[in-house]
Amino acid sequence: MGNNNVQKADNKQIVNKLFRKSWWKIATVVLLVYTVVAGLLFDVPRLAILNETVRVLHFHVPMWFGMIILLTFSVVYSVKYLRKPELQHDIYAVEFANAGVVFGILGIISGSVWAKFTWGAWWSNDPKQNGAAIGLLIYFAYFILRNSLEDEQQKAKISAVYNIFAFAALIPLLFILPRLTDSLHPGNGGNPGFNTYDMNSDLRKVFYTAVLGWTLLGGWLASMRIRMRIIKQKINEKHEENYLRTDHLAAVERESHSL
Amino acid sequence: MLFREIIILLKKEVVLEWRQRYALNGILLYVVSAVFVCYLSFNLQQGAMDVITWNALFWIIMLFVAFNAISKSFMQERAGRLIYYYTIASPQGIILSKMLYNLILMLLLAVTCLIFYTLVMGNPVQHGWLFSGNLLLGACGFSATLTMISGIASKAGNSNTLMAILGFPVIIPMLLMIIRVSKNAIDGLAIEVSYDEILVLLSINVIVGLLSYILFPFLWKS
Repeated sequence: MGNNNVQKADNKQIVNKLFRKSWWKIATVVLLVYTVVAGLLFDVPRLAILNETVRVLHFHVPMWFGMIILLTFSVVYSVKYLRKPELQHDIYAVEFANAGVVFGILGIISGSVWAKFTWGAWWSNDPKQNGAAIGLLIYFAYFILRNSLEDEQQKAKISAVYNIFAFAALIPLLFILPRLTDSLHPGNGGNPGFNTYDMNSDLRKVFYTAVLGWTLLGGWLASMRIRMRIIKQKINEKHEENYLRTDHLAAVERESHSL
Repeated sequence: MLFREIIILLKKEVVLEWRQRYALNGILLYVVSAVFVCYLSFNLQQGAMDVITWNALFWIIMLFVAFNAISKSFMQERAGRLIYYYTIASPQGIILSKMLYNLILMLLLAVTCLIFYTLVMGNPVQHGWLFSGNLLLGACGFSATLTMISGIASKAGNSNTLMAILGFPVIIPMLLMIIRVSKNAIDGLAIEVSYDEILVLLSINVIVGLLSYILFPFLWKS
């Protein structure tokens, strides 16, 4: 039992330390510089309709990978919170969800810009577009639920429950429904897309770099917000402590005067 | 043990509802009025509505009725009584009995809605069994999901708006499947065509039920 606790403390330390390390942030910058330069300048396969818009692959698709990964982290921390109610877990959960939603919004914007140039409309009732929009609605509801609760522990617990519940509803939405429907989206309904024979090796190289780079960027974003929140929380605690102490001192002084 | 508890709690729900019938009558009147409002706003000759609209409208009415009926499940009771339940019953028993009760309520409402809807808008359904089966699955899904959501919303104060924003996005995947199966049933397609959808619907129901069973105790404790 004691050993187990030590191990858990170690795990937390590792995550916290990892947040402060700079090597993976440097790697993120390098990967993203390569992604932007290579994604915009390298030769791409000539394909009908797609033409140069195929380059969106490096900027749109990784957003979804990033979003799913970040939201998964968020759910993991919600589960952790329910198992062991520490406010720190809640901070992790909400900030990973925040970063995931930012990625989701960027994904939906880049997707609809691309759709305008290839399908001819910003929004074309595509199951993937609809699924993405509904997914975002779920997480906006999560944030509103959080704002409507006052007490910190209560907020953390109830939003953790909703986070887990909503994530379970999101999975069929994103992974099962689009497969049951015909779609214009690449990779669906016989359209070329994310298949071994559709992507040539140049495209693939940049694409994998992009996925890794953008996801790391999301992690970086979340880690900064998490650290900021934790510091804020500590400052608040300190303030409260000081306030109580000065209050106490003032009371003591008053008493001594009256004596 | 759990089973007995659920039966007792379920009996309690039914008795409570029966004693103050205004809530039940209210929601029944809500169904009928909603159907009538839709009928008048479309200003229909009987059977003049096309099948897609018939189907979508029916399920939208069902969705709103479900929200209204189920959102009461935790708001109606006073805090003191909830604390009393807390001391004598297990959270699993409570959530399962509420779900079961809401399922019965939803079935009652669905049948009422269907009868009245058929009366004013006609009934194009060709594959009756599939349609009824789908109605049953839909009622299960709505009651399981919305009972849990209403539990969450009731913890957060201003419940009705919150219930809607928390519930709508979560229920959409289920609603899409239901509407699709329902459309197949109306068109009289063989049941094999809808196997995929039915399977997804069943698995969503199972997942939601299981998650509520696991998560509700955390909600109940706070």
